[in-house]
Amino acid sequence: MPHISRRHAVAALAAASSLPALAQFRVEIAGVGLTQLPIAIAPLRGEAQSPQKISAIVQADLERSGRFVGVDASGVPLDETSRPDLSQWRQRKADALNTGSVTRLADGRFDVRFRLWDVVKGQDLGGQSFVVTQADLRLVAHRIADFIYEKLTGERGVFSTRIAYVTKVGARYSLWVADADGENAQSALSSPEPIISPAWSPTGTQLAYVSFESRKPVVYVHDVATGKRRLIANFRGSNSAPAWSPDGRTLAVTLSRDGGSQLYTIDAGGGEPRRLMQSAGIDTEPAFSSDGRSIYFVSDRGGSPQIYRVGSGGGNAERVTFNGSYNISPAISPDGQWLAYISRIGGAFKLQVMDLKSGTVSSLTDTSADESPSFAPNSRLILYGTQQQGREALMTTTLDGKIKARLAGQGGDIREPDWGPFQK
Amino acid sequence: MKSTPFKRLSIAFTIAALMAGCSSGVKLDDVPVEDKGATSTTGGGAGAGGAGQSGVAPVDLSQSSRDVGGPVGVARIIYFDFDSYTVKPEFQSLLEAHARYLKASSARKVMLEGHTDDRGGREYNLALGQKRAEAVRRSLGLLGVSDAQVEAVSYGKEKPAVQGNNESAFAQNRRVELSYR
Repeated sequence: MPHISRRHAVAALAAASSLPALAQFRVEIAGVGLTQLPIAIAPLRGEAQSPQKISAIVQADLERSGRFVGVDASGVPLDETSRPDLSQWRQRKADALNTGSVTRLADGRFDVRFRLWDVVKGQDLGGQSFVVTQADLRLVAHRIADFIYEKLTGERGVFSTRIAYVTKVGARYSLWVADADGENAQSALSSPEPIISPAWSPTGTQLAYVSFESRKPVVYVHDVATGKRRLIANFRGSNSAPAWSPDGRTLAVTLSRDGGSQLYTIDAGGGEPRRLMQSAGIDTEPAFSSDGRSIYFVSDRGGSPQIYRVGSGGGNAERVTFNGSYNISPAISPDGQWLAYISRIGGAFKLQVMDLKSGTVSSLTDTSADESPSFAPNSRLILYGTQQQGREALMTTTLDGKIKARLAGQGGDIREPDWGPFQK
Repeated sequence: MKSTPFKRLSIAFTIAALMAGCSSGVKLDDVPVEDKGATSTTGGGAGAGGAGQSGVAPVDLSQSSRDVGGPVGVARIIYFDFDSYTVKPEFQSLLEAHARYLKASSARKVMLEGHTDDRGGREYNLALGQKRAEAVRRSLGLLGVSDAQVEAVSYGKEKPAVQGNNESAFAQNRRVELSYR
């Protein structure tokens, strides 16, 4: 074997590893946005020895947002300590460039640093450093993507937030907590019976969900860091569709304890449910408005399932959806401007978004089994379940439907996604 | 088989070794099946050690309870037409047999589990399955069964009897199952 210097070996390793690193992301961008900023995310110095390919994670995050397009930056890593030759990046048509380093410390932790450059103006846009355990390296990559996103768009990024979803593999159901890109999934609950309707608490520390583990639908609240669970609604009949109020003090749920599926509110700590309304038909799928003052829900009181809105203390409900005969699963954007829901159109179930001010509705997908929409905490993306080539899949879409990405996930059926809030 | 003290000890060691080998996980063997109030089941203290701030403690549930009892030789499934929530006359004799059994054994309880076909939303289907289960509950009530012996619940579209994306499969999945516990 020919003798090569260690430095060269490292460079060769870095170049060779950049392709498989990108290939690990099953992000499929379909459609083209109009105003995408070209950005080069150079491999971090030391990344070849890092358990996570940070630059690849950052680039995939930014591309999934629909606001950026990656410029090829494979090759020699660039660190944050020296000023890069920006003219070279101008020639490559990059408007921004990220550089950095990752170093394994003596105690086993990792020191990660980065610096962002405005290639056009030739300006240093700042950087950060982190010292973290190996388990949090992906989180750091998402934090870097958040920094870049906020610097260049002026809005908060959502890449370091978490999502929850459910898989069914064989006869086993699992509730997962994953990074916002679907990777790094950790099992929160595994059960021989179905789990549906996970809903993040506003603090991002707890999940409410429906578990059939006692062979009927029962609502639990589950602290994900400790695994501690408590029963919130286990009344006679079915208990389902938990939704958190924005202040985290109250859950709205669907109970059948008094006959029929009806809406109740219940203290997050447990206790006696308060009935929100009386209706002759089905009332279910409550979703609080972003200001907490009203609750959107699904009801068949008019003969077919439609979305309605009622005050969070009860009162008269007003109808919100009027197109078609089957509109379900309302989700309200955190900025209060948008209503996402699922509509049955010609036998297909399609993700819709309504501008709540104007009432204008747009159809966002070309799939036919969309379900369970939820908004990113910055209101810029919708996460939903669907089917692609007969398999269940999780997707994100921009609100104009132009940029979609399929998220990574566990094998088997994958469904019931919910996007968590901003992390502290 | 009789378990010797040595066997019990070795089992205990095995469990201890399994627990120790599992850095942050805790297996939950006692599933809260009949909890009435708000109780908490501890999934163990994780998030410590090398888990970092994005750590999640896994909770693993074991097999749930199985059916027991009920009238011998009587079918336990009632099928429904598409978009229908009324019990068809052809199931009357089946319901009468269950009603006789329940009235004769007042300590017995039956769960009426409503199901739908797999088209549409999970929560909305849960509510539709509930409608079917409650229709059967009313039918049993008319036959003199005490309401305290029956509970109407729904699985929505989560537990199809058969897989398939055709009318035959849909028809077999639109049902209420009587399950004695």
